[in-house]
Amino acid sequence: MQQIIISGVGGQGVLYVTRLLAEAALAQGRHILLSETHGMAQRGGNVISHLKVGGKSGPTASQDLPVSHQAAFEFTSPLIRPGRANILLALHPDGIAAHSYYLRPDGRAYCNASDEGKCNFIDATGIASELKSPVSANLVLLGFALGSGELFCLPEEVERLLNSTGGKRMEINLAAFHAGLQRAAEKLSR
Amino acid sequence: MRIKQEHGLSLHLEWSINEKVAFEVALGASFSGRRAAAIMKQVGLNVAADPLMSAAYTGVKGGFIAVVADDPGPHSSQTEQDSRFYAMMAKLPVLDPASPAEARDFVPRAFDLSEQYEIPVILRPTTRVCHARQDLELRPFSPEVRPPDFEKDPSRWAATPKFRLLLHRALNQKIEKIAREPDLYPRLANPISHTGPSGKGPLPACIVASGVALAHAEEILNDLGIQNQVPLYRVPMPFPLPTGFREELLAHYAKVLVLEESYPVIELQLQNKERVFGRANDTVPKAGELLPELVEKILRKFLGLPPAQLFEPPGIPGRRPTLCAGCPHRAAFFAIKKAFPKAVYPGDIGCYTLGLNLGAVDTVLCMGAAIGLATGFYHTYNTGAENQPPIAATIGDSTFFHAGIPALLNAVVQGARFVLVILDNSTTAMTGQQPTPAGGTTLDGRKVPQVSIGAIAKACGARFVETGDPYELKEFTALLKQAGEHAKEPQGGVAVVIAKRPCLMDRKHPQSWTRKQITINEKCKGCDFCVKHFECPALQSQGDKLPVLVDHSLCSGCGVCVQVCPNQAIEIVSEKEV
Repeated sequence: MQQIIISGVGGQGVLYVTRLLAEAALAQGRHILLSETHGMAQRGGNVISHLKVGGKSGPTASQDLPVSHQAAFEFTSPLIRPGRANILLALHPDGIAAHSYYLRPDGRAYCNASDEGKCNFIDATGIASELKSPVSANLVLLGFALGSGELFCLPEEVERLLNSTGGKRMEINLAAFHAGLQRAAEKLSR
Repeated sequence: MRIKQEHGLSLHLEWSINEKVAFEVALGASFSGRRAAAIMKQVGLNVAADPLMSAAYTGVKGGFIAVVADDPGPHSSQTEQDSRFYAMMAKLPVLDPASPAEARDFVPRAFDLSEQYEIPVILRPTTRVCHARQDLELRPFSPEVRPPDFEKDPSRWAATPKFRLLLHRALNQKIEKIAREPDLYPRLANPISHTGPSGKGPLPACIVASGVALAHAEEILNDLGIQNQVPLYRVPMPFPLPTGFREELLAHYAKVLVLEESYPVIELQLQNKERVFGRANDTVPKAGELLPELVEKILRKFLGLPPAQLFEPPGIPGRRPTLCAGCPHRAAFFAIKKAFPKAVYPGDIGCYTLGLNLGAVDTVLCMGAAIGLATGFYHTYNTGAENQPPIAATIGDSTFFHAGIPALLNAVVQGARFVLVILDNSTTAMTGQQPTPAGGTTLDGRKVPQVSIGAIAKACGARFVETGDPYELKEFTALLKQAGEHAKEPQGGVAVVIAKRPCLMDRKHPQSWTRKQITINEKCKGCDFCVKHFECPALQSQGDKLPVLVDHSLCSGCGVCVQVCPNQAIEIVSEKEV
């Protein structure tokens, strides 16, 4: 099970990333519960999604859960409490300052920032702009985070979902996603 | 709409003009014996309160649900009001789901309850239920299609006061019976024997919760590992609180904590300030959302547990929302400020409330209120002051249709004088691009008559009604000044200017402008006039005296900013079709 915060600014595709991850979880047979920001905040304000992904169903998944929890989904609240998130995906550099308090002390943050100084920071907007699609920064960051291996699903699983979307944006979405994965391979492998 | 099409459902579905009308349209279906629902948010129920109160008395025939979403926080509303109090005031049952899955289960139950007792039922989710998603199975649709059959019964459907008294007595009986429905009785959400060990007196404490506060509490008790120690009651129907529940609680527990949003509805029905803990004795805050971290804090204190490790949000201000780059409202507000720099600016509800950021919105009360307030401002200055400030009110096209028309009519016939700018972006942008009556197409794509905003304004008696394009800043500003003159002329009155330009985000409209490539030239002194007074997110300040930067990933290429810069430092490099 995993608790993931996805944050950004209205228009950056926070909801799209949230739904991709939720779909990936469902494809693995996990329960999900998520919370989205809508309305006025979407007009360029702070947007945050909370995604809770349950343990894998079936005999292999029950080991990491206490016995009393096995029967049901671990989560009932659609919101993640501060200090409980395993992962923070920040599509905007402001997200690190604004939303890091959701992370557990051992949680991981992946951030879109022009300064790549820190190891989990990536210039997703810059990379997406090189692909002539700055709005695809969300998928660059998602590819980067998945490349870390810290999330509940594999890059191939999300790639499969992207492949099945069709439409005009599919090619550019895939390119952005691969660029993020590539950057993770360069930056995060040691 | 998608479900209606995919499953070939034979039903009427509409995006109504306003909530009162929606409520009545749905009620018409119910009076004819078919099931119906009207869906709105809490402030919408304020608008629909009149038919709500009356329909409680008349009752219904086919199952009728009012789905009313509350917004504790508030996230996107004027108030944190609790619609369950409306249920109490109207004497109607209200169900309070804790999750999307529970909302799904409550809908058929609500329809059955409504039909059994011939009473409207309120389903009241909150923001955190409405904006949550989870994996759940859809129940199959009932294949039954009832033929409509309106049975005339004037003593009910057209009841006069004499009959209303009888209906009120009947309503009291209905609500008393509903309070005894066994499956709506509160149940333990965790597997604990709720009776204390015999002979040892009451158990120390229990928790009673409904809605998403229950969902938070359940998860927190699990995380604390005490889910089997503290009884947690799930209240599906906060009003009427089932008969006997209060007595059961007070007999079995020394202390009761009530967790609910957003007002103390269950708590007040428990009627005990000494042993029932909630908002009345400041155990639960009286304002703001019950976020899970707050629920944890309340729970720990109530149960005598040590406080949790604190993870506090930083004290940095969040990014404020802004109108989109290229939004025609921004151009309209800039022109309004220019034409009437010292005016009073009554505003209204919609994306264009963000005219606040440009200093062109002074009041935001409720839908349609810009016009009523403008009328009030006019008359009060006219009778109480020597100098009348100019008044420039703004209202969106959908909001004008929703609640602005009677207010405009009133303004005209009461002799008010002000400028009313109707911001016509040809859609309902704030709520997701639903159609307006001016478009001539319904939500499900049927062709219907087109309604002209200008013709309505004229029919309301306004004698100055002109339309302009806010992208043409100079011409539009001149038009506004002309309207301002009309408001001052001896024969003048309310002057209506329709700022017509489709919403950029509405993909149903073909792109209506030639996209321009914008650049900042050497004349830019870094005065940041455009950043401060035009506030387009694509124009970014670099700091004092440094030239402004154009963010081309945000720029829509509308080119309005070229007309804004006092130093002619923003110019068009090229025009191109994209």
